[in-house]
Amino acid sequence: MIRQLLGGLSALVVVGVLVGGCQSTPDEVAEDPVVDAPIVKPPPNPPADVEPAPPFDEQGRVLDPVRRTPIDTVFYFEYDQARLSRADIGTLAVHAQILREYRDYSVQVEGHCDERGSREYNLALGERRSMAVRRYLVSAGVRSTQIETVSYGEERPVDPGHDESAWAKNRRAEMTYRR
Amino acid sequence: MNPRKLPKTLCLATLVFAATTNHALEILIPDGWDSPTKVAVAPFGGALLPDDPDPTGGVDLAGIIAFDLTRSGQFSLLPSDNMLSYPTAPDQVYFRDWRILDMDYLVIGRAWAEASGAVSVVYHLFDVTSEREIASSRITASPDKLRDVAHRISDEVYEHITGIRGAFSTKLMYVLVENAASNSPTYHLKIADADGARARTVFRSREPLLSPSWARDAGRIAYVSFETGRSTIVVHDLATGERSHVAAFPGINGAPEFSPDGTKLAMSLSRDGNSEIYTLDLATRELRRITRRPTAIDTEPSWTADGGSLIFTSDRSGKPQIYRIDLATLLEERLTFEGDYNARARLLPNGRHLVYVHRRDGVYHIAWQDLERDSVRVLTQTALDESPSLSPNGVMMIYATQDLGRGILAVVSIDSGFSYLLPEAAGDVREPAWSPFIDALGSGR
Repeated sequence: MIRQLLGGLSALVVVGVLVGGCQSTPDEVAEDPVVDAPIVKPPPNPPADVEPAPPFDEQGRVLDPVRRTPIDTVFYFEYDQARLSRADIGTLAVHAQILREYRDYSVQVEGHCDERGSREYNLALGERRSMAVRRYLVSAGVRSTQIETVSYGEERPVDPGHDESAWAKNRRAEMTYRR
Repeated sequence: MNPRKLPKTLCLATLVFAATTNHALEILIPDGWDSPTKVAVAPFGGALLPDDPDPTGGVDLAGIIAFDLTRSGQFSLLPSDNMLSYPTAPDQVYFRDWRILDMDYLVIGRAWAEASGAVSVVYHLFDVTSEREIASSRITASPDKLRDVAHRISDEVYEHITGIRGAFSTKLMYVLVENAASNSPTYHLKIADADGARARTVFRSREPLLSPSWARDAGRIAYVSFETGRSTIVVHDLATGERSHVAAFPGINGAPEFSPDGTKLAMSLSRDGNSEIYTLDLATRELRRITRRPTAIDTEPSWTADGGSLIFTSDRSGKPQIYRIDLATLLEERLTFEGDYNARARLLPNGRHLVYVHRRDGVYHIAWQDLERDSVRVLTQTALDESPSLSPNGVMMIYATQDLGRGILAVVSIDSGFSYLLPEAAGDVREPAWSPFIDALGSGR
């Protein structure tokens, strides 16, 4: 049964790689940082008799379904931007695949900013970052009811420093899985 | 002194005041600062007989008044150690003693206990040059209000000398974060006197608090709280402690600002998919959407004095800039054009001047703009500056900045650039909001 499951999941990963590969170039400057919806083939339905294993390890980290290695849940942004990088979209494609597979799971996407500028503007910018992740996931077939977004603006830095290295770590969107 | 300050800036720690108020004040005097008006506040007389208890209970009225006047940046105060005499009544004043010391004005006073238990304070303000008394008044209050009495005297002295209403009886609201760099910070919403004294916590939370705003009557405040895990706008009655969650829509609930008449809140909500400006009628709970820019951030509204327009931040041009919208016609107008980051604006009471967060050469300062002449100047010498808030007489501005990696509050004079850092013993301080005029002694004006 486990072999059956892995077979089904590798098919999904192929779709994920395709999704990651067909993005517009990051050089395009759009006023609104909307990620264009990629063309996604509907995933094959898993066999009815398969009970999928939860996609987490003992530490609660979310795992790549095939390699069973942890995948990124934090995505970083440029200053005053909410555009996802090509690498992040590749990772989000795997998250989308997991969320399509495990419809009883949901994610909370938190948007965060660095400390520079005004707090309320950053609250809105953090929301724009969480929405960029949400838009991609929805475009990749995740149900909107599986995604909750919240912005903390600059209120919850991971690095309390006041230099570019701290700021780069703090401009982020974080995904947390829930059941 | 702080060695990081600009080299042309003189730093003076006013040790006299540190001893009397437990608040060491770091004052920064800008280059080219005019020599200010010289004022002496003689120590107030206390008990009439040596054996009587001190009617002020140790409250140093003259020290509080001198500290107030110093912080305005418009006066140079004579330390009491340098005085030649200590008059407490008009017949003890020898103008020669004060002319030798080059004083422009002299304040004297005394306090005594009334049979009722109240304390009366009388003060006299003299013009040293003309040798005339120009003001005098007697204020009676309960002993726990002696700090309010001192601030009232400061307000009156300031107005008599400058012609501008004093704002020393006002309050400051701010957010203090304990253990800010840890995994479990605690957020305190605090209210203190304008000199930093009598700070008290009005709300405490393990989740972020931001954007505190005063109603014009100073009896209610509004702020954003994450106590539910999401942003929520709370209106908090300071007398009763009653709190109501007036906006808890999906998405962001942020940037509340009371209308001048106190009946509405302007705010930023993303309930319709994107951050837009709304007004909420607090009695009817009617919500009105003001901006319609589905791809732009519209936030940080604040009211014009007549309540007829809002100024706000929008990145509709690609970068945040300040706009004004007329609430009757919904006509919009862009106000800022200099630089690529202008946000969180507040209008001065005159309606003509604007202060806002302004990025210049990669550094965040507070800028001042004359809307009629379109001139812009940077008011602050610090970096990472944010959250400007104006004293109700429009003379001073408080803002949040960083010092040695810690959030602190600084105050700057709009006209002269004179500034000081407001001390806070522990923690990270941010999000200051200067109160409207407050009449703590209930005499009305």
